[in-house]
Amino acid sequence: MKLKKILALGLAAAMTASLAACGGASSGGNSGSGASAGGDVIKIGVFEPTTGENGGGGFQEVLGIRYANETHKTVKIGDKEYTIELVEVDNKSDKTEAVNAANKLMGEKVSVVIGSYGSGVSIAAGQIFADAKVPAIGCSCTNPQVTQGNDYYFRVCFLDPFQGTVMANYAMQNGYKSAAILTQLGDDYSSGLGSYFKTAFTELGGTVVDEEQFQTNQTDFKAVLTNIKAANPDVIFAPSSITTAPLIIKQARELGITSLLAAGDTWENSTIIENAGADAEGAVLSTFFDEAEPANAEAESFIKGFKEYLKANDQSDIIPAVSALGYDAYLAAYNAIEKAQSADGEAIKEALKTVSFDGVTGAVSFNEEGDANKDMAFIKTVQDGTFKFLTTTTING
Amino acid sequence: MSLTTFLQQCLTGISLGGAYALIAIGYTMVYGILRLINFAHGDIFMMAGYFMVFAMASFPWFIALPVVLIVTTVLGVSIERVAYKPLRSAPRMSVMISAIGVSYLLQNLATYLFTALPMGYPEIPVLKKVYQLGGLSASFVTFLTPVLTLILVYLLMTLIQHTKMGMAMRAVSKDYETASLMGIDINRTISITFAIGSLLAAVGSILYFTDRMTVFPFSGSLPGMKCFVAAVFGGIGSIPGAVVGGFIIGIGETALVAAGQSTFSDAFTFVILIVILLVRPTGIFGEKTTNKV
Repeated sequence: MKLKKILALGLAAAMTASLAACGGASSGGNSGSGASAGGDVIKIGVFEPTTGENGGGGFQEVLGIRYANETHKTVKIGDKEYTIELVEVDNKSDKTEAVNAANKLMGEKVSVVIGSYGSGVSIAAGQIFADAKVPAIGCSCTNPQVTQGNDYYFRVCFLDPFQGTVMANYAMQNGYKSAAILTQLGDDYSSGLGSYFKTAFTELGGTVVDEEQFQTNQTDFKAVLTNIKAANPDVIFAPSSITTAPLIIKQARELGITSLLAAGDTWENSTIIENAGADAEGAVLSTFFDEAEPANAEAESFIKGFKEYLKANDQSDIIPAVSALGYDAYLAAYNAIEKAQSADGEAIKEALKTVSFDGVTGAVSFNEEGDANKDMAFIKTVQDGTFKFLTTTTING
Repeated sequence: MSLTTFLQQCLTGISLGGAYALIAIGYTMVYGILRLINFAHGDIFMMAGYFMVFAMASFPWFIALPVVLIVTTVLGVSIERVAYKPLRSAPRMSVMISAIGVSYLLQNLATYLFTALPMGYPEIPVLKKVYQLGGLSASFVTFLTPVLTLILVYLLMTLIQHTKMGMAMRAVSKDYETASLMGIDINRTISITFAIGSLLAAVGSILYFTDRMTVFPFSGSLPGMKCFVAAVFGGIGSIPGAVVGGFIIGIGETALVAAGQSTFSDAFTFVILIVILLVRPTGIFGEKTTNKV
């Protein structure tokens, strides 16, 4: 009995102490506004899914960001050297969880946010960042709505209308005249990209013979694929997460479908080849980055260093494009902080608008919408168990 | 829709239904005996998938198969020992909450141990051989699933109706306290129930994943949910009911997708749940029970 009382007292004391500590920290943050917020540390929020449907891809993006943090550890503001600290949260590939995760980051008083993999969660959290006046830099969220009407959202990748057009052009130029489109219900990335592909493909004179949808976390695609098989298209465009892609590929081949399989940036991931095996051969996709074609000196040193980093982290040594984008997003944040000479969100946002540097996925600068000025995509195919570079496509507009 | 497409869809539906039926039996058996909805069942199914990935990496398939079946059974029984047995006399709600906890534990454990990246399910050459029948094209496992399901159900029914163990199970499910007064070893009976349920989940897992080829930590949650609906639909506690429910859900879902209504395929499953609970809460084969006061 006595022991219990002492324990309760101790706990109460500990709680009061921690409350006091919290209060102290936040008031400290408020009083020391501007450049000196948070002492000698600048916090960068990492807003990525590491679990859930996009957990795999999100983690690869995080690896790119962590690596960038290793190579660009400190930043000078005035004469003072600041250490950059990453605050990682998991948005669990879920729009509701994304809002919680974003609020948590805002509570941590980060100066700038990087992420996320997956457009849906980025759109869901965008308003929170804007309200808190903290700029966010998306890595691979390609849906236009991420940055539209949001002054605080930037991104380092190209957009879905562009990507859809690229793939439609590729299909038409190579003699694929009819297409079936397979997209994921309620997923902004998949359905968005699917509809941009459709628009571009029809404009170019192709016909869309079938459109099918599937549910999140669905694992059986035989029924939709049987419908597609009956429509007999030349190409099947199936933008999907890396969890679903191998399933679609294998089940399509099992049903005896011989059409070309095409998709967007998500498919450029070694997991897909590992899981789909020989069935993945011949699949075509567009992506942001190619390790065989380094765009500049920055890319070359990144490829070398990051391969070592991947090995040290027990990952396959094929560099995923999303890791490269994660690295670039970090560099954008880094350059903006340096340029703004401040850790204040508003100042960083203004600096991002004018920042321009050589990233590993090419030169990075942002237009007035906050999107990267990118007009080049790499088209790759799967051949002999690896991604083979096919062609680069540049489209104006 | 051409005849070939129609037949292909039927085949898909029946095969999916067979896998659902095997998992649904696990729900229904545990409910029948413990009055517990074992929410972790779908995750045992998922873990069986991972076991197969690792077993196939070290053994040839004919050794890997029994290894997976045994390890999954041990997992199911130990979950019962650790998470449910201590709560035997607790209110039913506590056991159910414990089951939900186990479900989350398994999912997050899998995420932690194997990462959220989907893992390729190993191919068993015999099962994966693609057969062409006119315009139909499917792998052997698609044909095998419904047949194997019916054989296993037949064996299970024989076990329950004609053996001493089966009699004990029926007695425990009728009245658990009286059964124990009659000298039936309750704990042993319950363990065996969990063992059978997990074993069938492992078989279902092999058939299901061989056909779908990847495992990730959440791959058990949706099938688990649907099989639960199948069990309720057939009348929870009734084994033939679970089988019929599994086939109906599998075929119905496929039919909806085939009709171009994939938007509603999941909704269909859960609308069935609502309708059956409103119209006939005991399910198709459920017995009407009068509550003893």
